[in-house]
Amino acid sequence: MIINQFLLLGAVLFSIGVYGVLARRNAVLVLLSVELMLAAVNINLVTFDRVIQDTLAGGQVFALFVIAVAAAEVGIGLAIVLLIYRNRRTANVDELDLMKL
Amino acid sequence: MHTVDGGALARWAWLIPVVPMVAAFAIVLFGKRSPWKGWGMAWLSMAFVAVYGIALFIANLNEGIAYQGAVSIGDIGAAGSGPPFTLEWGWMVDGLSIMMYLVVGIVGFLVFTYAKGYMEGDIRYTWFFGSFALFGGGMLVLVSAPNLIQLIVGWELVGVASYLLIGHYWEEHENSSAAIKAFLVNKVADVGLFVGAIIIALSVGSFRFTDIMAVVSGGDLASPLAHYSFWAGVAIFIGAMGKSAQFPLHVWLPDAMAGPTPVSALMHAATMVTAGVYLLGRLFPFYNTPGFADDVRWIIIIIGTLTLFLTGLMALVADDIKKVLAYSTLSQLGYMVTAMGAGAYTAGLFHLFTHAFFKSLLFLGAGSMIHAVHSNNMSDMGGLRKYMPKTFWTFVIGSLALSAVVPFAGFWSKDEILAGIQHAGNNFTTAQGGAALANYVLVVSILGAFVTAFYMMRAVSLSFFGEYKGHGHPHESPNVMTYPLIALAFFSTVAGLINIPGITEWFTQTVEPRFFPAGDFHPTAINFGLAGIGTLAALAGIVIGYYLWYADKETQQERDRFRIPVLYPLLEHKYYIDDFYMGGIVRPIRGPVARAVDWFNGYVIDLVVNGAGYVATRVARLVYWFDQRGVDGAFNASAAAAGGSGGMLRLLQTGRIQQYVFLIVAGVVVLVAGFIVF
Repeated sequence: MIINQFLLLGAVLFSIGVYGVLARRNAVLVLLSVELMLAAVNINLVTFDRVIQDTLAGGQVFALFVIAVAAAEVGIGLAIVLLIYRNRRTANVDELDLMKL
Repeated sequence: MHTVDGGALARWAWLIPVVPMVAAFAIVLFGKRSPWKGWGMAWLSMAFVAVYGIALFIANLNEGIAYQGAVSIGDIGAAGSGPPFTLEWGWMVDGLSIMMYLVVGIVGFLVFTYAKGYMEGDIRYTWFFGSFALFGGGMLVLVSAPNLIQLIVGWELVGVASYLLIGHYWEEHENSSAAIKAFLVNKVADVGLFVGAIIIALSVGSFRFTDIMAVVSGGDLASPLAHYSFWAGVAIFIGAMGKSAQFPLHVWLPDAMAGPTPVSALMHAATMVTAGVYLLGRLFPFYNTPGFADDVRWIIIIIGTLTLFLTGLMALVADDIKKVLAYSTLSQLGYMVTAMGAGAYTAGLFHLFTHAFFKSLLFLGAGSMIHAVHSNNMSDMGGLRKYMPKTFWTFVIGSLALSAVVPFAGFWSKDEILAGIQHAGNNFTTAQGGAALANYVLVVSILGAFVTAFYMMRAVSLSFFGEYKGHGHPHESPNVMTYPLIALAFFSTVAGLINIPGITEWFTQTVEPRFFPAGDFHPTAINFGLAGIGTLAALAGIVIGYYLWYADKETQQERDRFRIPVLYPLLEHKYYIDDFYMGGIVRPIRGPVARAVDWFNGYVIDLVVNGAGYVATRVARLVYWFDQRGVDGAFNASAAAAGGSGGMLRLLQTGRIQQYVFLIVAGVVVLVAGFIVF
């Protein structure tokens, strides 16, 4: 089995995710980019699971865990973003700099 | 003489000083909460001593006891050359100490009984009996001492008790001054005792009396003790002069009458003041052996004779009845010391023994009168015979005993002293207190007997006869006070009968030195000639006294009758000795000393204090500078460093999430690159 295509797809997806996180200003899109990075990781997990032929199918199980945790994370993240928007009338991450002195 | 060790009675004799001592501390600690408020414990301890003393006395009459118990405490002076001195606490049970146990026990018991009535209602009742029991314990430590160190300990204990009790009514400045005077005069004399004890101990190598007497009885005239014996003997005698109030150190005793009367009776008449005589008796072989301190005896006999005559005269002009008795005590102590100086060991101690009874009787009788009329002065008394019959009769018996009238106690002892002086005149050299010196002393002693009877007749006449001159209505004292008077009157009558030369010699046998021979020391037959002369002198005193004071009841204002020029002012001012001590010694020393102390205080101590203050200021400034610049600087510098670094690190904290993420990614890239490359 040739895994290059899968790994390449994962790397591309991850890079796009990183770019999204760094470049986007809208908090919703930043969260979306994080989801892309997680999806790239999931592809890698499933790919290596198939290569290693693990008896317990650990890679696939971990992928399922990641999907579940990501769902929870996105739920909380969107709730935070919603609250920020309600309080400050903006969801622009550049303006969320209250921690700066 | 055959001697035994005395068995259990002697082995347990250490209880004699310990019981009153324990009682003294118990009274001070628990007395106020105990029955009778402390009197009971003091009285019981004295009763114990009296019973033990009587038991020892009887046992000693059967077979002479010579026992010496000792508990070693430690060695001193071992570092240098020679063997170390052993410090011991011990108890001596021989005739001399048994006689003192008996006197302290019986007289102490009776005086303590009397004191219950006399001190009733006193504000420091418990404390009084605590101090009094301390005196009892100290006196018994003194007389039980088998070595010089323990003797000095007892000597100082009775000195402290004397100070406390003379100053019992310290609210009046005069009384506390009397206490200080007694203490200081005794301290001056104690220097002599210390010096003497040190000389003897260094030349013998031991503090024990038995070791000292072993050297003396060895008779080695080349021994160090023989070499230094004159100065040792003089120094010890100076110590004895202080405690036994010999001229010219007698000045403290009349003032000591400021204390309560039972104190005067027991301490300043019967026991404590005889400690000096006791000491001379204890060291008698040392003073009686040719080649040792026998050449000190002429000093002892002269001092004793001066004391017995000069102080007796002073009793003629005193108005305070206790002062009359105090001067009389001085005079009788002079007799005892004279006897010791003449080598009449038994006679001196016998006079100590009889004097303890009749003089404490006289003091207690005087106390009974003072209790009734609330004044010490005979000019406030008079006519008390009708009001106080028991006091009157016992006082008369005491006066007869003191005046040496047959057959009362004083006659026998005083006669033996006169016989002893005559014996010395025939057998000793002048340096040993004998020869021509003894003849003069004999004349003065007989004159002293006349003076004694004279002033006692005066005291009896002025206080008991004539008209009552005081205030209020005097009444007889309660039984607790009169019964001791009656008991002492009994002893004053019969005490002399135990030692009639040639007939009953129980006392001679009792006090005979047990450990070592004392040499020639007592006449063996009664001397009728001297006894007759002595009695005639006493009768002359009584008769002249009768015509001066008693016969002429209406004009009892006695002073006007014989204000002899020169002599009277001299006596009234106590020979100006007190004035001399104050003006000649105390003030000249006190003034410059005070000025020197003031100067020392102003210049030396202040200089030291100011210098210390200056140094402290300087040091404080240095510390302040170090604190401000050093410690604070270090803290400020570290704080500034923290602040600076914090300020720089703050720049990284932009608050921009994407910048942080970029840095994280960049870090990961760098790490991965690092792993790949290396």
